[in-house]
Amino acid sequence: MKRYLLQRIGFMLITLFIIVTATFFLMQLLPGTPFTNPEKLTESQLAILNAKYGLDQPVAIQYIQYIGNLVQGDLGYSFQHEGRTVTSMISDRIGPSAFIGLQALVIGAIIGLVLGIVSALRHNSILDYGSVTLAVLGMSIPSFVFAALLQYYVGVKLEWLPVALWEGYSSTLLPSIALSVTVTATVARFIRSEMLEVIGQDYIITARAKGLKENQVIVKHVIRNALIPVVTMLGPLAVSIMTGTLVIEKIFAVPGLGEQFTLSILVLDYSVIMGITIFYSALFILVVFVVDIIYSFLDPRINYKGESA
Amino acid sequence: MSNTILTVDNLHVAFKTQTGKLTAVRGVSFDLKKGETLAIVGESGSGKSVTAKSIMQLLPTATTEVTKGDIVYNGESLLKMTKRQVTNLRGSEISMVFQDPMTSLNPTMKVGKQIMEGVQRHEQLTKAQARERALDMLKLVGIPQAENRLDNYPHQFSGGMRQRVVIALALACNPKVLIADEPTTALDVTIQAQILDLMKDLQKKTDTAIILITHDLGVVANMADRVAVMYGGKIVEQGTLDEIFYNPQHPYTLGLLQSMPKLSEDRSQPLLPIAGSPPNLATLGEGCAFAARCPHTMAVCHTYTPRDTVSETGHSVACWLQDPRIAASEETAELVETGNSSL
Repeated sequence: MKRYLLQRIGFMLITLFIIVTATFFLMQLLPGTPFTNPEKLTESQLAILNAKYGLDQPVAIQYIQYIGNLVQGDLGYSFQHEGRTVTSMISDRIGPSAFIGLQALVIGAIIGLVLGIVSALRHNSILDYGSVTLAVLGMSIPSFVFAALLQYYVGVKLEWLPVALWEGYSSTLLPSIALSVTVTATVARFIRSEMLEVIGQDYIITARAKGLKENQVIVKHVIRNALIPVVTMLGPLAVSIMTGTLVIEKIFAVPGLGEQFTLSILVLDYSVIMGITIFYSALFILVVFVVDIIYSFLDPRINYKGESA
Repeated sequence: MSNTILTVDNLHVAFKTQTGKLTAVRGVSFDLKKGETLAIVGESGSGKSVTAKSIMQLLPTATTEVTKGDIVYNGESLLKMTKRQVTNLRGSEISMVFQDPMTSLNPTMKVGKQIMEGVQRHEQLTKAQARERALDMLKLVGIPQAENRLDNYPHQFSGGMRQRVVIALALACNPKVLIADEPTTALDVTIQAQILDLMKDLQKKTDTAIILITHDLGVVANMADRVAVMYGGKIVEQGTLDEIFYNPQHPYTLGLLQSMPKLSEDRSQPLLPIAGSPPNLATLGEGCAFAARCPHTMAVCHTYTPRDTVSETGHSVACWLQDPRIAASEETAELVETGNSSL
C-alpha cells in the first residue's frame, strides 16, 4: 500500500510538472506582453516594469525562476494588480465558485440519482424515455441557455430571485440551478446505465432466488453495486464545477474564480494564469487520487496492497 | 397419498420478441417426489433452464410469460400465488443453484452476509444466530476454516469453493426442493465430482428433492433417480435412470447415449453424433420437433405431434414409433407413408 501511494504521488508530481511547463511556454506564444501600453507608458517606464517582474530576462531564465519559486509554494505577484499575490487572489475568488458549485453538485447529484434510478427500474417505460430525453437535452444544451431562461422567467417575470447580483444566499440559487442541469443529466445517464448492467448480473437472480423482497434486492444489491463507479465520475465532475465556470459566473455576476481566470487571460496576467492553472490541475489530480483510494474501500476486489486477490 | 412435492403440468413459456411470441417451453409435465433427484437433460436451447427458472418465477416478466399450464407446489399453484407468497417460498421452500459460481455471488458483499441475508429473510433469527447458521452451512459444505471465511468476499474463493458457498446459501433454510441449473458445468472435472458428491451427501442429510438440469449424461448417471429428456421445448422421454440408460425408447435419447464416448470402446472408433442441428423454435409448428434429425422419420412425424406413450412402470415416450396406434395397426400403413389422416 505504502509503495503504491508513493508511486502514485510521484506520478502526480510529474503530471503537474508537465502541465506547468506546457502552460508556461504556451502562454508565451500568446501575442503581446502584459504591459502592451494600455496607459501610454514611456519606454523607460516599460523597462522598469519589465525589470520589476523579470520579463526582461530570457524565457528560459524566467521559467527556471518560476519553477524555483513554485517549489517553495510561491505563486508570485499579479502583473495587473499592484502588490497582490496570486495566492490571495485565488483564495478571495474561490469561495463563491466553490459554494455555487457545491450547491449545484448536491442538487444535480440528488435529482440525477433519482431520475437515473427510476428510469432504470422502469426500463423502457414512458418514464424511462422521458428522463433519458431530459438527460440528453441537459447534456447537449449549454448551461448559459438555461441561465438566460432562468433569469428571464424566475428573475425578471416572477421576480422571485435576483437576476444578476452578488448579495446574500438568494443570489446563489439561480447560478447553482443553471449549473446543476449538466450534473443532473450526467449523473442520471451514468447511474441508469450502471444499474441496467447490474440488474442483468447473475448475482441479482441469486438475490431474488434467496427470496429477498424486491426493494431489498434493489437497495442492497443493485444500487450498492451501481453506485461504486458513480463515485469515480463524481470526483472530477466536482472539481470542474467547483472551481468556477466562466459563463455562468459572468452571466450572474458572481465574483468567482472562473471570471478571474478569463480576465487574467484577456490582460495577459501571466502569473495569475499560471497560478489558477496550477491550482486547478493540482486539485484535479488530487481528487482523482482520492477517488481511487475511496474506490478501494468501496470495492473489495480492488486493493493496492499488492496481495494476490 | 402423494409424496409428490412439485408438479409441473403442461407448462408453456413464451418469450416476447419483436417479431412476436416465441414459445421456448411447449408443454412440459413432470412430477417431483420428496427426496428424489430428477435430472432434466437436453442440449442448449431445449428449454431446460427456462423450465427451471419459471418454477421459481425468476424469468423477467417484461420479456417472458407462462402462456399455459400450471406449476403446483405442495398442492398449491405457484402461478396463482401473489408475488409476495412466491417470494416467501423462494429460498425457504424452493432454492436454486446456478451455473456459474464466478458470477452468481455479489462481488461486494461478504459471503457470510450473503448467506445470512436469506436466513434472516425467512426465519426470525438474531444477527448472531443467523451468523451462526451461516457458519454451520459453510462447515457443512466443506469450506475449511469457515470461521475466517465468513468475512471474505467472493473473489477470495476459488470457483469450486464459490459453488460450495452458493450451495450453502441455497440450503441455508432447509428447502424441500433444490433446483440445480447446470451446477458443475463451469467447474473443473475434478471439482465437478466433489460438488456432485457434496450434493448427494447433503441430500441424504436433508432429504431435499433435487431437480438437476444438465447436458452432461455422466452427471446424470451419477446423481439421478429419474431422468427427463428434453428436446425442442418438450420432454420427449421420461423414466427411471435404468429405463433411460438401458432401455431408451426415443431416437433422440438413443442418439444422446450413442454420442457419448465410452472407455470400453476402441479409441479409433469415431463418436456418433446426432446429425443436423437443434430446431429453430420460431419456425417449429405441428409435428415432432426431432423429425428433421431422426433416423426413423415417418411421414406422420412431420404432420402430427406425437403423444406420450406411458408404460406400466411410468416410462413415457413421445414418439410415433412407440405409439400403439401405429405399432399395432396394419391399417395405418398408409397413414405412416403419407401422414394424411386425422389421428
